[in-house]
Parts: sequence; structure tokens; C-alpha cells
Amino acid sequence: MAYILLRHRDIPDLNKFDVYQKNGGFAAFKNSVTNKKPSEVTDVVKNSGLRGRGGAGFPTGMKWSFIDNKNWPHYVVANADESEPGTFKDREIMEGNPFQFLEGLALASYAVGANVAYVYLRGEFWELGTALDQKIAEMEEAGYLGEKLFGTDYSLRIYTHLGAGAYICGEETALLESLEGKRGQPRVRPPFPPSFGLYGKPTIINNVETFTNVPMILANGAEWYKSIGTNDSAGVKIFSLSGRVRKPGNYELPFGTTFRDLIYKHGGGVQDSRAVKAIMPAGASSSLIPVNDNVLDTPMDYATVRTLGADLGSASIIVIDDTVSMKWLVNKTVHFFNHESCGKCTPCREGTYWMSHITERIQHDGSSGDVDLLLNVAKQMQGKCLCALGEFSTMAVVTGIERFPQDFNKL
Amino acid sequence: MSLATKYPMEVEQILSKYPPEGRRSAVMPLLFLAQREEGYVNKAAMQDIAKILEITETDVASIIRFYTLYHDKKEGRYRMQVCTDLPCALRGAEEFMEAVCDRLGLNVGETTADGFLTLEAVTCLAACDKAPMFQTQGPDGLKYHENMNVDKTVDLIATLKRKS
Repeated sequence: MAYILLRHRDIPDLNKFDVYQKNGGFAAFKNSVTNKKPSEVTDVVKNSGLRGRGGAGFPTGMKWSFIDNKNWPHYVVANADESEPGTFKDREIMEGNPFQFLEGLALASYAVGANVAYVYLRGEFWELGTALDQKIAEMEEAGYLGEKLFGTDYSLRIYTHLGAGAYICGEETALLESLEGKRGQPRVRPPFPPSFGLYGKPTIINNVETFTNVPMILANGAEWYKSIGTNDSAGVKIFSLSGRVRKPGNYELPFGTTFRDLIYKHGGGVQDSRAVKAIMPAGASSSLIPVNDNVLDTPMDYATVRTLGADLGSASIIVIDDTVSMKWLVNKTVHFFNHESCGKCTPCREGTYWMSHITERIQHDGSSGDVDLLLNVAKQMQGKCLCALGEFSTMAVVTGIERFPQDFNKL
Repeated sequence: MSLATKYPMEVEQILSKYPPEGRRSAVMPLLFLAQREEGYVNKAAMQDIAKILEITETDVASIIRFYTLYHDKKEGRYRMQVCTDLPCALRGAEEFMEAVCDRLGLNVGETTADGFLTLEAVTCLAACDKAPMFQTQGPDGLKYHENMNVDKTVDLIATLKRKS
């Protein structure tokens, strides 16, 4: 199947303006601005079944339709804060196929009536940000961005904005706070960004991969996109495969591909031909799935992975083999969340801190009393945190202890 | 010398990206600008930025301390930030870090005696398929160095020293 997102793997130099334009680039945007009403663009995206690719999987067209048309101006923000451990797909998109991402961002902006869009990049993507500025300038020079585009009344400018090292800024309201020049701490929701977003104005925020799908959907139609993937999850997903596989990397595959195909057919199987012990499908924010043949043969989409007691999330598939101790693994994930906790809400700020002390102890000489305490603290945090960071920090802990008791000396 | 005097074009360009009611957004790019030469934001720069944006010095300080990439203390000319997070650790990052510590004679968080390099451990850099890896933060910005080993690291440091 030809690539839909990672098209630079089919077409060399696709990140160059001329090459992108020659390969159908910007036609969807120009056609939409000159021939379609903004709401028509939203309808196509709605009908395509596209869901957010940042991890939450919220229906994209529906999100766009929530924008408050009584409050102006509107903004669109691309979440390029890619910081979930095990995730490196947006990076490849922005390096290899930046114009398709930018065109998708432009289409979204037209659809919701925004004249300004921001790309919020994690600070470590410094060079990517500089390159994107150059691409934006090229689009402006060619008349695809700027004032009164294609002889219509529609104007659009895109700006990049660099973060400075904070995983929490991938949470959409924390991102907005950070973009506004404050500490990146999540807001109380509701209200949600489509009513109250950047500078208090209606804002649509989507992940880079989500936007990158949009030009192809507009060009080929909603039915085309829906015909790929599964009923629950339309289209393709870029699976970032990491951990103990022979060939880690990004793999763009239709939803419905099995774990087995991803790990063995594409990922080259496990290093040293060892057995897969567990899969973390959503990066560090995952529940741990103990692996057996049934699991390996499970098709990957948002609904079906849930039946395995985990969420597909951002599809950042970390493969864990039988040489890995869950004690060690959970210590690592808890330290990550403790470091990245923004400090605003007590359950997460205190909970991740105390969990990290206990996991450190368990690593070295813990007793079963410590394991019970760890489970206790984790369960007390659940359902009480201001945002998903605190909630997800407990996933590997709870599922690690409950599904791999032998690793915690709990028999 | 104030930032607006030293880098007038850049300051102008930064401020123009945000609407008047969003002027405060400029604090992040301005901090990167202030940090460019010495690798940290000194007190004068903090006050300068506070004045440009009409916020308090405490506001600016709280932002510096919140984010990993801003620094308010002078350390090595280059910061070598090694990812030791879970996916990298599954592919040898911890062993790599130990070997680097050994070779450079440093513990994590320390700076070489000549003040050239500070060794730090950081969280995921979105390069999980190219572990072991690290990024350098220095006068030339932020750069990734992927699929690294100790020998390549030592070579890189030598190259950076020559170019300095």
C-alpha cells in the first residue's frame, strides 16, 4: 500500500517545496479555500472517521465542529511536543513530509475560521523548528500563506513556537498555558479549548500526525479513508516501535494490523530471538500487557486493544522481553513521571514523589510490605488527578504488580 | 546591554509573532535568546525580559526553573544530555552512560575540570529507535547525536573543542 503520511519514503526529496507541489501538493488547500465553505471541510473530516493521533483518539471532525462561533478570533495549534517515551513519529513527519503537515494545519485553520495558527514544538526539536520556519517562508512566497489567499478574503499565517523541555506541555491545556508564556500547568476542564483556548479564545489543538492525514482525506474523499483500517478506527497509524526488537522505527500501517505482524513481520522480531514478555502499547503511559499468542494475534485499533486491558494511545509500542524485570521497568517509568509532574495538583505531585521513593527501595531490597504500599499509593491517585499525567503514572505500577507478581516477589 | 539593543532584529521578529494581548508568549523565545552566549540566563537578562514584557522578575525566574532547557547557573560550555529513559534503557543507554562517566571521569551532573562539558541525564528525546543517543546544548544550539558509543562520543567532544 502506498504511504499516506510517510510519503517521503516513496517520493525522494518530498520535503522540498517544488517536489511537494509537483506531487499534488497544496491542491487540496487551494481547492478548499476557493471552492468549499469552511463547514464543508469539517464535514469531510467528520465523515472520514479520522480520530486524533496524539493518544486520546477523539473524533477530529467532531472536535472541529465544537469551536465556538460566537467568540472570535479563532486559533489552531499543532501539538508537536512529542515527548511520550517510545514516540518518534511526528519527528519523522516533520523532517520528511513537512509540507503535508503544514497543508493539513492550513486546511484545519480554514475549516474553523482561524487566521493564525501556531506549531508548538518541544524545545529539543530546535533544528526542526528552524527548518519549518523556512518551509513556512516558502509557502508564503508562493502565495499559499499570507493575506487574501487565492483572491479570496481568507488570510492565514503560521508561526512556530518552541517549548523548553517539559513533557506536561503535550497536555493540550498545559500547552496553551506554556504558549501564553506561563508555566505549563494544565487548566481545570471544562471549559475545553474549542470554547476557551489560546488567550481565552476558541482554539482547535490537534497532533501533527492528525493534521498530516487531512490533505489526503480532502484529496481522496472521506469514503476512501474510511475504507482503510477498521470500523472502529479508520485509516492508517504510524506505529513507533521500540524496545527489544531488531528493527525499531516508525511503521505506517492500517489499523487492524496485528501486534504479531508489527513486531515480527516489520520489526524483525526480538533481539537474540527471545520471547516477548510484555507490550506497552502507549509508551510509558501504558498498562503492561502480558503477552501470549492471543495477544500477538490481536488486531491493533483503539477499541480492540482495550479488550486486552490497555489503551493503544499514541501507538508507541515498546517491546519488553523476558530479560527485563518489571521491578526495574516500573522504577524507570515512575521516575519519569515524577520528574515531569508539573506540581499543580496534590495527588500527582505527592503521589509520583512517594511512588518514586518506594520503587527505588524495591529495586534494591524491598519487602512485600513495600509492594503493598506502592500499590496503595497508586490506587489512591487514580481518579483524582487534574490531568492524565498523574493517572497514567499509575498504569505500569498497578498492572505491573497485578499482572507480573513474580517480578515483585509477591507469590 | 539589553537584549533589544544587542539583538534588535530578533527581538522585533519574536514580538511580532504574537498578538498584543499575547505579548507574554515571547518570554520563551526571549529566554533562548538571552541564553545563547553564555548558556544561562543571568540576572540582568531576567530583569530585561521582565521589563520588555511587563511581567515580574519572579515570573521570569519561575519559568526558567520550570523548564529543563533553561538554566540560571553557568555550567559547561556544552551540556551533554543523555537520554536514559525506558526505551533507550532497553537498548543499552544505561550501560552507555556508565561507560561515558568512566571515560570522562565524571558523575552525572558534573562538569569537566576544564569547564567544557557538563554531563546530564534527561528524559525521552524522541529518538528511541536510535539509542544510545544524546543531545548537546551549546552555543550552536541543540543538536542530536544518535546511534552513539563511547568512542564516537569522545571524538565528538574533541571536534567540538577544536571548533570552539
